[in-house]
Amino acid sequence: MPTYTLKINGSSQSIEAAEDTPLLWALRDQLDMVGTKFGCGIGQCGACTVHIDGNATRSCQLQISQLDGKEITTIEGLSEDGSHPVQEAWKEIDVPQCGYCQAGQIMTASAFLEKNPNPSQEEIRNAMHGNICRCASYNRIETAVAKAAEKKMA
Amino acid sequence: MSTVVPTKFSRRSFLRTSSLASGGMLIGFNFFTACKDTVKMPVDIAKLNYNDFNAFIKISDEGMVTIFSPNPEIGQGVKTSMPMIIAEELDVPWENVNVVQGILDTQNYTRQVAGGSQSIRFGWDALRQTGATARQLLVNAAAARWGVDPSECSAKQGVITNAKGETLGYGDVVKEAALLQIPESEGEVEEGKSENPEFKDEKSEAVTAAIKLKDPSEYTIIGTDVGNVDIDEIITGKPLFGLDYKTEGMVYASVLRPPAFGQVLESYDDTAAKAIPGVIDVIMFGEKAKALLNKAAAEINWTAKLASTDKVAVIAENSWAAIKGKKALKAVWSDATPLENTQAHDKILTDLLDGNEFKSLRKDGDVKKAFRQADKVVERTYESPFLPHNTMEPMNFFADVQDSKILLVGPVQTPADAAVTVAEMLNRDEKDIRLEMTRMGGGFGRRLYGDFVYEAAEISDKIGKPVKMFSTREDDMMTGVYRPAIKYRIAASIKDGEITGYRLKEAAINGNMYGLIPNFFPAGAIENYQVDVANYNSNITTGAWRAPYTNFLSYAEQAFLDELAEITEKDPVQMRLDLLEKVKGTTDDRIQYSAERLQDVLKLAVEKSMYREPKEGVFQGVCAYYCHNTHVAEVADVVMEGDQPVVKKITVAVDCGIVINPLGAKNQIEGGAIDGVGHSMYGDFAFENGMPTSNNYDKYRLIRMNETPVVETHFVKNTLSPTGLGEPTLPPAGAAVAIAIKKATGNRLYKQPFANNMNSKPILG
Repeated sequence: MPTYTLKINGSSQSIEAAEDTPLLWALRDQLDMVGTKFGCGIGQCGACTVHIDGNATRSCQLQISQLDGKEITTIEGLSEDGSHPVQEAWKEIDVPQCGYCQAGQIMTASAFLEKNPNPSQEEIRNAMHGNICRCASYNRIETAVAKAAEKKMA
Repeated sequence: MSTVVPTKFSRRSFLRTSSLASGGMLIGFNFFTACKDTVKMPVDIAKLNYNDFNAFIKISDEGMVTIFSPNPEIGQGVKTSMPMIIAEELDVPWENVNVVQGILDTQNYTRQVAGGSQSIRFGWDALRQTGATARQLLVNAAAARWGVDPSECSAKQGVITNAKGETLGYGDVVKEAALLQIPESEGEVEEGKSENPEFKDEKSEAVTAAIKLKDPSEYTIIGTDVGNVDIDEIITGKPLFGLDYKTEGMVYASVLRPPAFGQVLESYDDTAAKAIPGVIDVIMFGEKAKALLNKAAAEINWTAKLASTDKVAVIAENSWAAIKGKKALKAVWSDATPLENTQAHDKILTDLLDGNEFKSLRKDGDVKKAFRQADKVVERTYESPFLPHNTMEPMNFFADVQDSKILLVGPVQTPADAAVTVAEMLNRDEKDIRLEMTRMGGGFGRRLYGDFVYEAAEISDKIGKPVKMFSTREDDMMTGVYRPAIKYRIAASIKDGEITGYRLKEAAINGNMYGLIPNFFPAGAIENYQVDVANYNSNITTGAWRAPYTNFLSYAEQAFLDELAEITEKDPVQMRLDLLEKVKGTTDDRIQYSAERLQDVLKLAVEKSMYREPKEGVFQGVCAYYCHNTHVAEVADVVMEGDQPVVKKITVAVDCGIVINPLGAKNQIEGGAIDGVGHSMYGDFAFENGMPTSNNYDKYRLIRMNETPVVETHFVKNTLSPTGLGEPTLPPAGAAVAIAIKKATGNRLYKQPFANNMNSKPILG
C-alpha cells in the first residue's frame, strides 16, 4: 500500500493506506485520533468536520491522496488543553448531551468564527446548519458560538 | 406526598464496606436488591466485583471521593446527576468528587438500563441512603476516636466537627469507618439484616448511630447547576465512545444483512471483496443467534426477525477496507416472507380501525350509550410513519471471545440482557463474561436491543480474534428497529356542550400501547371512556423509540382535545383544567398522573408564554401531557414566513419533582422538545418491497439548527421525589406545534410529518 505524509496538527505523520482512504478513517484507524467522528459517510451530518487550511471540511469526503501539502487540524489539535475559546464556551454553556457530534460542531464553529468574528444570531444558525445534533442541543450550540465570539473579541 | 419513599431493604443488606489495601475506604451497594450474606468486599480497587454490587464509592485517605456510577450514559446526564445525589448526602464538596463509569453486574442485575426516563426515579432513594450511610459511618468513626457520642458530631463538606469545635477530615477516619457496623435509620425494620456470623465478626458493634436523610432545604449540591462530568473529554475529542475503543490485534467487521425485511441469504460471491487490500477474510455467520432465537421464537419478535437469517461479515485490518469489502460482495437473497410496503400498511391499518378485532385496554361506563344519546359525535383519524432512531454514533460493539473468558465492550442500554444472551448463544458461563459499557452516542431506544452485541460476539467466536463490528449509517437506517407506524381513531360524543364519551382505537404495526398508557389523561376525566387496540404482525422490526407510543399518542389526543374545544366553543386551556378537575380524588389506582400537577404545569406554561396576550403575528398552541411519571405542558409559538408556518419558540413547564441538576435537566428538556418538533415536522420513513426508501441523511430529514425553535423552560418548584426527563418533553411538542399551525393557517393536521402537508423544503448538510 502507498505511503502518505500528512501534516496534522502541526506535525508530519506518515501513514500507509489505500489511496482512496478517507481522511476520517485514516485519522481514526491508522493514527488513533478518534476525536473526529463517523456519522454518515456522505458529508451530510458534520460529525467528521476538520479544518483543511483553516476551512471546515468533511473528512469523510476527503481522500488522503488529495491532502499533500495541506494543513490539517483536528479536534485534538484545536488547542493543547481544551482552552480554545470555542471549547471554553462549550464548557461554560455545558452544551453536550451524548456528546458524539460535538467535536464536529466545535470544528465548524471555530472555522466559522475565524472568518466571521462577530456574527449575528441568524448567521450562526445558518453557519451551523450542516452539523446534526440528534440530541438537539441546538439552543446551547447557538448560545455557545455567540459566547465564543465574545471571548475571542475580548 | 413525601420525598422519602420507604425502602424494602435495610441498609445492612444492600451496603458493604471494606478498607482498601492501598488506603481509603470502599463502599459497595446495590440498587433495590439485598446482597447475599456471603458477599465480601474487595480490598483492592482493581478487583471491584460488579457481580455483587453494581455501584461503589471510594473515599481516599485525602478525603477524595470516587463514585463508580452504574448506569449507562446515553446523554441523559445520569452519570452526573446520580453521583450528585450521593455527594449531597455524603456531604462533600463536588470538586472532590470524581465519577467513573462502572461495568456490568450480571448476577444481581436490577436496573442497569437507560430507558424509560427511570434512572433517577429508581435511584433517588438508594443513592441518598447510601450517601447518608457513608456520612454516618465517618461521623461514628470520628466520634469513637474522640470518645464522644456521635450525636454530638456533625459532618459538612467533608469535615466532621465535635462539640468542642475539633475537626477531622473524612480521609482521616476512613480506616476506622470501614470497620464499623453499617448504621440503620431510627425505627427501621431490619428485615434484611445480615444473619451471616462471618460478616458480623468483621465489624465492630461498638459505635453505631442511626442515619438521617437531609431535608431538601439543606441541599447544597442537589438543585445547583453542575456541568457534565465528561465535558473535558468530549470537547477535546478523547476516546469515550464504543466506536473509539481499540485493542491490540483487533480487526474490524462490516456486516452485510438482507437489504429488505423478509429476505434471507441464499448465496454470496466474495471474490471481489477478498481482492481488496486490507480485507482479511469474509465469513458467513448468524447460525448461533438463529438457533438461540428460534428456540424462543414462539412469538414473532424483533430479535427473531433481526437474527432470522445468515449474514456475511467482511473482516478487515481497518474500517475503510471493511466498508469497501462489503460493497464489493455480491449476494443473492430470497424472499422468505412477503415483502411489505407503506402503501399496503396504510390500508391494513385503516382496515383494522374499520374492523371489529380489538382488544380492550380500558373501559369506563358505556361509550355506546353516550354516543347514541349525543347531540354530536366527532371522529378524527391521526397517522404516523415508521421512524428510525438515527443515533449519531452508529451501532457497534467490540467482542473478544476467548476459550476462558469473553470481553464485550461498547454502547448498549441493556448490558445485562446482552451478556446473558451471549452466554446462552455461545453456550458459556455468564461468569466468564465481562461487559464494559462505554459512553453512548445517543440511544433513543435503539440500544435497548442487543443484536449488534450478539453479532460481534458470534463473529469473534468464529474468527478467534478480537473484533469491532460497526455499522455504517446505511446499515443503521436500513436494518433498524423502528418506531412502528400507527393510526389512532378517536371519537367523542358531545351532549349539551359537554364531552360525554370518548373512544380511542389504536391500529399499530407489531405492538400496541402497554402498561399504564391507556390510563393517561384524559382517562379518568370522562365518564364513558374506552381504549381499544388492534395490531398487524409485520416482518419489519419495530421497538421502543424515545417515549414509546406517547411520542405520537400525545399529539393525537391533545390535537383532538383542541378540536373538541373549538367545536364546543370552549377555551382550550379552561376545558383541560375543567376535565382535570373531574379527576381529582379518583380512587382508580391506574390513574397515576396527578390532576393538580397537570393543572399547575398548564397554568405555568400559559402564564410564561403570554398565551393570554400573544404578540401580533404569533400563533400559539397549548397542550398538557403526562408520561414517564413527569407532568409537562408546552406552548408553541408559530409565525408565518411567506406561506410557511415556522416554529419560533416552545415554552415548557415541567413538574419533575426535585430538580437534581437544573443545568442538565434543562438540556434534556430543550432537546426533548426540539426532537419532538423535529420528528413531527420532518420525520418520514417508508418501505417499498420490504426496503426503506431512505438510507442516509440526504434522503432522511432531521431537524437542523436553522429550523430550531428557542426552548424556554420553567420548573414547578416542589420537594416531591424526582422523576426522569429523557423523554417526557418530547410527546407534547408535536401537539403544541399542530395546534399553533392550525391557528396560523386554518388547517388541522392529522398526519405526521407535518412538513409533507406544507411544501417545506429540506435543507441538506
